[in-house]
Amino acid sequence: MNKKDNFLKGFIKENPLFVLLLGACPALAITTSLENALGMSLAFLFVMVLSNTIISLISSSKKLRELIEPVRIAVYIVIIASLVTIVEMLMQAFLPELFNSLGVFISLITVNCIVLGRAEAFASKNSVGDSVIDGISMGLGYSFAIIIISLIREFLGNGTITIWGNLVLDLNGLFTFIGITPIPFFTTSAGAFMVLGLILAIIQAIKNKKEEKSKEMKKEAK
Amino acid sequence: MTINDILVLLVSSILIENVILSQFLGICSFLGVSKSRKSAVGMGLAVVAVIILSTTVTWLIYNYVLVLFDLVYLKTIVFILVIASLVQIIEIIIKKFVPSLYKSLGIYLPLITTNCAILGVAIKSVQNSLSFGAMLIYALGTGLGFLLIMFIFSTIREELDKRNVPKAMKGIPIALVTASILAIIFSRYVGIVKSKNSDQELPIPTNSIVLHINAPSEDNFNDIVGGLK
Repeated sequence: MNKKDNFLKGFIKENPLFVLLLGACPALAITTSLENALGMSLAFLFVMVLSNTIISLISSSKKLRELIEPVRIAVYIVIIASLVTIVEMLMQAFLPELFNSLGVFISLITVNCIVLGRAEAFASKNSVGDSVIDGISMGLGYSFAIIIISLIREFLGNGTITIWGNLVLDLNGLFTFIGITPIPFFTTSAGAFMVLGLILAIIQAIKNKKEEKSKEMKKEAK
Repeated sequence: MTINDILVLLVSSILIENVILSQFLGICSFLGVSKSRKSAVGMGLAVVAVIILSTTVTWLIYNYVLVLFDLVYLKTIVFILVIASLVQIIEIIIKKFVPSLYKSLGIYLPLITTNCAILGVAIKSVQNSLSFGAMLIYALGTGLGFLLIMFIFSTIREELDKRNVPKAMKGIPIALVTASILAIIFSRYVGIVKSKNSDQELPIPTNSIVLHINAPSEDNFNDIVGGLK
């Protein structure tokens, strides 16, 4: 696999949320505004890239790898938990409001299956450079997914898009133009499940269509 | 704590602040293990047991070790280690003494370590500085809420599999839409506690955005569908 493929795979082909369906908890809980999604993306990207880097560094030395082999999952979890603690402290110090609105979900990056999954499946088997690219790719792919969900939910539910702090894009005019009001359903928990469900259905429909097309192509070729 | 407090806390943690539908914890196992009722109930029971044990242990460690030595910032690392080792110990004990239970629960136990409901409840109960009794009831209620939703949802999903669902919606998408409808139903439970003591706040002071999501305004149903009219 070349570097470009390695970088691009996280966005569509192996998107952690839309395709692998990992890390659904924060993706549903904190996507009520774009600001929350951006904050979560930053925290997640930091943990993902650094955990991949550290774990591939550890595994690149043969001696160290053999030493931790029997307890490697525990070692990975401690590394990830330490990184999450660093993020928590940084956010609490510099972005206290965002930290409060993301709540417990920053700490829960520890048990987010993507980070541990990539550590075990990719970082422990590949070179440091590849692992960093993989971390960035997965981190950005996940960010991309939660940003899309938060855009849909905030726009339909509230009529606004909160970019950062007081920087709010008010799109209520669009709703009045059509003659309806925003639908608060989308900012409730039920709306979160519905939006993710429908996005996954659309992705599955596109996949089904592609499969049918390739089958037809094969038939014609015969 | 009076009996009333206990009941309010129990009901709100089972139904109103439901761990899956309004707090979004444990979604991975909720979607992954709910295909058959038997495995869903097995997972639910395992979660109830582990959640009570792990929250008790982490609460004790936090209040009597971490606070004492001023190491509160280490809570995420300590908690995840405690939970992981606790799950291992439980697995070994059950395997040794109750092999029949191990056969039905065994495969779900390792999965529980990465279930965010366990770590989430442990962190929330120390963050909101709950008393020992309140913590126990909160953990029990959350576990039971998880079990209840797993049971209801797996029953629905077993039926769904027999029906003719549009091809694109098969599997996870239709499951998420079902969960959405369940969440609408459960959001109606907000009234139970509030109507009895309207000026009293819920005993769990949720400082996150979660409260905004699961408690739409007073007349929440009209609010929710109002935009559609």
